Amino acid sequence: MVNFDQVTFEYIRRDEEGNVESINKALDDISLDIKEGDFVVVLGANGSGKSTFAKHINALLEPTEGIVTVSGYNTKEEDKLLQIRENAGMVFQNPDNQIVASVIEEDVAFGPENIGVPTEEMWKRVEHALEKTGMTAYREKSPNKLSGGQKQRVAIAGVLAMRPKCIILDEPTAMLDPVGRNEVISTVKELNKQEGITVILITHYMQEAVDADFCYVMNKGNVVMKGKPREIFAKVEELKQYKLDVPQVTELAYRLRKAGLDLPECVLSEDEFTEAIRRLKCR
Amino acid sequence: MSLILDNISYIYGKATAFETYALKNVNLAIPDGEFIGLIGHTGSGKSTLIQHMNGLVKATEGNIYFNGADIYDKDFKMKELRRKVGLVFQYPEHQLFETTVIRDVLFGPKNMGMEQLDAELAAYGALKAVGVGEDLLDASPFELSGGQKRRVAIAGVLACKPDILILDEPTAGLDPVGRIEILSLLKQIHEEQKITVILVSHSMEDVAEYVERIIVMNDGEVVMDDSPRVIFEREEELKAMGLGVPQVTRVCRRLHSLGMDINPDCITIDEAEQEIKKKFGLV
Repeated sequence: MVNFDQVTFEYIRRDEEGNVESINKALDDISLDIKEGDFVVVLGANGSGKSTFAKHINALLEPTEGIVTVSGYNTKEEDKLLQIRENAGMVFQNPDNQIVASVIEEDVAFGPENIGVPTEEMWKRVEHALEKTGMTAYREKSPNKLSGGQKQRVAIAGVLAMRPKCIILDEPTAMLDPVGRNEVISTVKELNKQEGITVILITHYMQEAVDADFCYVMNKGNVVMKGKPREIFAKVEELKQYKLDVPQVTELAYRLRKAGLDLPECVLSEDEFTEAIRRLKCR
Repeated sequence: MSLILDNISYIYGKATAFETYALKNVNLAIPDGEFIGLIGHTGSGKSTLIQHMNGLVKATEGNIYFNGADIYDKDFKMKELRRKVGLVFQYPEHQLFETTVIRDVLFGPKNMGMEQLDAELAAYGALKAVGVGEDLLDASPFELSGGQKRRVAIAGVLACKPDILILDEPTAGLDPVGRIEILSLLKQIHEEQKITVILVSHSMEDVAEYVERIIVMNDGEVVMDDSPRVIFEREEELKAMGLGVPQVTRVCRRLHSLGMDINPDCITIDEAEQEIKKKFGLV
């Protein structure tokens, strides 16, 4: 679905005369392959290159070196831009920066209308998108009365109306409260499960990565860890080195295991933790 | 140095059909030297409340007393209140504007009428307190990383030498290590300079770890005001307000309800670790 082949991206700063002042490698020789239908989480500290990575997937940025392909289209081919962006939709961090219309259903319709989808088909898509994000009840309302979580769901509906194969979300929950965070994450998980849409979620909340099919950890423009969440979160010390942490129960189980308790190598949820301790007690 | 809010209400559109209470009969006493967490979901009135504390918003009803003086009295020096009650808004780095770090931090104290030398001393002290090194004093604030920018912005408020420092979600958008760095920094400033810190937060895990008193807001009212341990006992009520308790507290309670001899009131990972170790004879 999404393929990165030895991708490097450099931010080049020039002085007033156009001479190169400094070069900053935001992505450094990244190769990876994201399978269709997967729920992929990308973790990494501030400045590790996550957003630069995300912007390569729908051709907002082009690699300095290497090739990015999305559903078989090379992002460097300018005449394929429209197809690429139809296939891979993006949701950003700030809910207030992504809404363009004054009525919610019109906002969701903006994308398909823009690419010339026939009216009848367009409204069908809007209806479907609103239903899938649980926003149907608000379709004729104004977006300025919505909560952050609801605004993000409208943004997701807008992307969904483009019938993408893949949605990229760049820290969609960073500005939300816990209720809003849950709304957004469960919406995204459902889209992945029910509609088979590939999801690439960039986040700082480790809890959101627990149910992913696959995780990548980025540091200084490199992919430094990859694997299933269970494999990643077993390496508590290594994650801390990359300025990340693990969910509270994972940390607690890790400490107890180090102290000599016979616990599984990686505990991801409250259920697993309770079960593991209970089993110890029974022995 | 104390701040007393006496039956404060703030009403939008008073005496119209749109009359809504953003704050309703709020009574609070903020004595010297406390580290307070202010929690509540989006729209619960937290931001409106903190804007009352330094006189940015005037209460529709009720009085506020700063060190015994009524801040709505016509002889009251509002400017002095704004210096002594420092407010750090959400994403404060968006407010950086000067050409160098030191000039940016100097702006506050000089604007408040401090002499050049005093202002410089205060600015250097504040930058040191937030951990911004001398090598960055002449750098442009826009060249710094996200975490550093936020520290500089906090220093700008700290340089005015406030008695009360209020921060609106100071860790939003930071990676886990950046989050811990900012919170430890606030704790250190609180302990060393003996100033009151009020932390607006969405993270129960963070408030459990750092603060000694929690104020919970819901629909414009203060619904709970006590130590974290006492507050977290009211898990069901918190849940009904879209809040919750830390993950470790939840698992300790589950183990307790399964009949294990584990204190259900653990609120930090450290406490839970000790409690479970004790249970299995590891301490």
